[in-house]
Amino acid sequence: MPVYWLILIVLGLAAIGYVAGRGRAIASNGGDPRGLHSLPSFYGHNVALSVMTPAFGLLIVWLIAQPILIDLSVSADIPDSAIAEGQNRSLVMSDVRRLADGLDLMVQDGTITEADAQSATADGDLRDRLADVGVALGSDIQAYVLDAAQTYRGMASTGSLFMWGAVLLAAIAGFGISYAKTNKDFRARNTVEQGITVLLIGAACIAILTTIGILFSLIANTFEFFRLYNITDFFFGTVWNPSFSGRGGASELGILPLLWGTFYISLVALLVAVPIGLFAAIYLSEYATPRVRSIAKPMLEVLAGIPTIVYGLFALLTVGPFLVSVFGKDTVGWMSGGTAVITAGLVMGVMLIPFVSSLSDDIINAVPQAMRDGSYGLGATQSETIRQVVLPAALPGIVGAILLAASRAIGETMIVVLGAGAAAKLSLNPFEAMTTVTAKIVSQLTGDSDFASPEALVAFALGTTLFVITLGLNVFALYIVRKYREQYE
Amino acid sequence: MTDATHGMSEPRQKTSLTAADARTAARNRAEKRFQYYGIAAIIAGGVFLVLLLTAILSNGIPAFQRATVNIEFTLTQEQFDEAEGTMLKTKVYTGFFIDALTAQLTESGIETEFDNKRIERLLGKVGGTIRAHYRENPQDIGQPTRFELPASSRVDRYFKGTFDRSGIGDGNRFIMPGDLDFADDLRAAGILTQSFDWNFITGVDTGVDNAGQAGIGASVLGSFMMMIVVLVLSLPIGVAASIYLEEFAPKNRFTDLIEVNISNLAAVPSIVFGILGLAVFIQFMGLSQSAPLVGGLVLTLMTLPTIIISTRASLKAVPPSIREAALGIGASKMQAVFHHVLPLAMPGILTGTIIGLAQALGETAPLLLIGMVGFVARYPETFLQGFEGPNSAMPAQIYNWASRSDAVFTEKAWGGIIILLIFLLSMNILAIILRRRFERRW
Repeated sequence: MPVYWLILIVLGLAAIGYVAGRGRAIASNGGDPRGLHSLPSFYGHNVALSVMTPAFGLLIVWLIAQPILIDLSVSADIPDSAIAEGQNRSLVMSDVRRLADGLDLMVQDGTITEADAQSATADGDLRDRLADVGVALGSDIQAYVLDAAQTYRGMASTGSLFMWGAVLLAAIAGFGISYAKTNKDFRARNTVEQGITVLLIGAACIAILTTIGILFSLIANTFEFFRLYNITDFFFGTVWNPSFSGRGGASELGILPLLWGTFYISLVALLVAVPIGLFAAIYLSEYATPRVRSIAKPMLEVLAGIPTIVYGLFALLTVGPFLVSVFGKDTVGWMSGGTAVITAGLVMGVMLIPFVSSLSDDIINAVPQAMRDGSYGLGATQSETIRQVVLPAALPGIVGAILLAASRAIGETMIVVLGAGAAAKLSLNPFEAMTTVTAKIVSQLTGDSDFASPEALVAFALGTTLFVITLGLNVFALYIVRKYREQYE
Repeated sequence: MTDATHGMSEPRQKTSLTAADARTAARNRAEKRFQYYGIAAIIAGGVFLVLLLTAILSNGIPAFQRATVNIEFTLTQEQFDEAEGTMLKTKVYTGFFIDALTAQLTESGIETEFDNKRIERLLGKVGGTIRAHYRENPQDIGQPTRFELPASSRVDRYFKGTFDRSGIGDGNRFIMPGDLDFADDLRAAGILTQSFDWNFITGVDTGVDNAGQAGIGASVLGSFMMMIVVLVLSLPIGVAASIYLEEFAPKNRFTDLIEVNISNLAAVPSIVFGILGLAVFIQFMGLSQSAPLVGGLVLTLMTLPTIIISTRASLKAVPPSIREAALGIGASKMQAVFHHVLPLAMPGILTGTIIGLAQALGETAPLLLIGMVGFVARYPETFLQGFEGPNSAMPAQIYNWASRSDAVFTEKAWGGIIILLIFLLSMNILAIILRRRFERRW
């Protein structure tokens, strides 16, 4: 039975608990709610919360822990001798899991009965029958894999049986204890509010958990990668040439060409976005009438609301061919294909215009009017005031905004995946195709190679690099912006 | 002081006050120039926007049209039995179709030559479609039945103007120049028409061999399922976290840690969230790949900072007098927040949530990493399967089409973008309406 039913049952129990708790509280004062310590609904909420909190907490922990524990114990049972040359334990385990899932699926479909599933043998047409239900196994089923899969299934079904029991028990225990405690002197409001505070803190901690999750997923796999691949070769290698066999060997995974592509494309993007964004912000905050501002500002913000996949397609199918027709073979012959640094950079620049302009707009507006008035009083024109007073005053903030935009450009994925090309090159020519860190993360993780190979794991090392660079830029930019703000506050 | 400049420079030339001297004129010119730079920057932004929208509309609108051949004919029981009795069944059905087509063409007074092969190049395997229809609907045998058969993608594109005879090379076995003449004849006879392609909106993705039939419907459903997950998780968690940070959190290191985390998460590249989803939800927790549930979880984590930031802003906008009034008549802090502050902040919170959802809807990169590309999306069989089973999402589907080489898929990708943008636009309009209608300024 799926977990959803369990959730529904607990929710139902909580609803009953609410009614029961409320009723018992009122009854304990002889049907008069006025003598209670708290409002009657608090007694109801108290029982409902006591049902749900332990039950759902246990459920979540169980759902996370059970697969890990089963994995550990099953994989310990697979004999070392059984793991073939060029394979490792995690690969065998993924086969085991897939086989177990396949058997479950067949039972669910009604193709075989539970008893058949348990007595299934490795020889015969099991693999074909699994393929019928949509579970494709790479190789023939080995006997030990099937054994392990059977153990796996057995443990999983016992485990979920225990889970049902434990969760229901927790729910009922919560119900019983809180129901027994309910009487007119019980401080239900204080208890409930304490409980809710804990839940609120828990929600706020999701942010920390997310960061831990990101760090965990990046670092664990990055270490795994550096065990298979030399760390200096990765950071100082100038050749990016992964082999696609997925069996290790002759891959060269140097990050420098990717970093160079990333920075080059970001540079082109900033060359487009910074002048346009900055001048737009200056005009909007210093010159524009409210009417012009009310039209132009939302217009620029529409550019920010367009998903990056749209920009990517625009780069690939519109800007690329257009640039080829301008710089291509027929004219000057600089450009051979539509995907190039300039294509991706240009489109990314357009995407960043509203980002630069709205941040700079805020910063320019934060410059005190007194400084402008002082400059006008000395006889400066408006543009002289802007150039010599407002911009220098706003400069740290604008630098911060540009750094934030740069961090966006470095982390941008879809535009470069579609518009920049796939070849990793160290070249100065902006009309050539180059590739970036993000684009390679996508291509290394969406291919067919298995997760244990260095070709796939390198994506995590790339991700770590990307994370560190963007985080550093952000922290630095926010530091600059904050420091600047304090000056005028 | 007044003598400070005395004798230090030449006395200024005496000119009329009404005529500007050269220096003033230069300064004024510089002023004008500076303004023009600003105007040029804004116009550049506008031009880019217009170019983008033109590219989307001009390339995408053809995806909603489809050339179909409408033909009506009657199949008698004898013909059906005879056809089912032969070896090459579909060929017999194609024969029936050709007979009917010839009859209709003669009726319209057009004489033209065609054979089996030409029909196949134009309309694909007609016989199979017709046979399948009669086998599924035996009651139609003996009745005049109308068939709408989609023309092949090249003919379709020929009528949309994106393919012409010069695109046909020698020995092209998919289409010949004569086929297009024949298609013109059919159009003149009113048999071949261009109509709105509902299949594009409701249909599912196809393999590369049947490009014309691909539709975005299943991935719209996949996106919808993901948005449900995002909404159900991120709204309560985001609001709870914001309430804690804004109303209850003491000023200490732990609170600072949470705040720093939230502001940094808002700037983490989306692809990193994809890596998180892959490593934690799929590898570690063993959830299934390509499931909208996983996509929804990843997008939830991505959207949470946005929602928390906007929710905190709207909580902050509620004046303290409201809280104080509630506390003054004996409400607890919790009651003051939940009964008074939160309802007043709700319009702002919902606006922020909708904008966060719109961002999540268009996000592509993390979906690529959790495997929402690279297979043919289907409609889920049950509601729960919609969350757990593999599906695609709109942006992932668009990426998938864009990376295929066939020009038909390119057109579909642009069409998909129009649908995606319609969703985003309506969500944003909803947010604007909510803000205009309910937001209170204090």
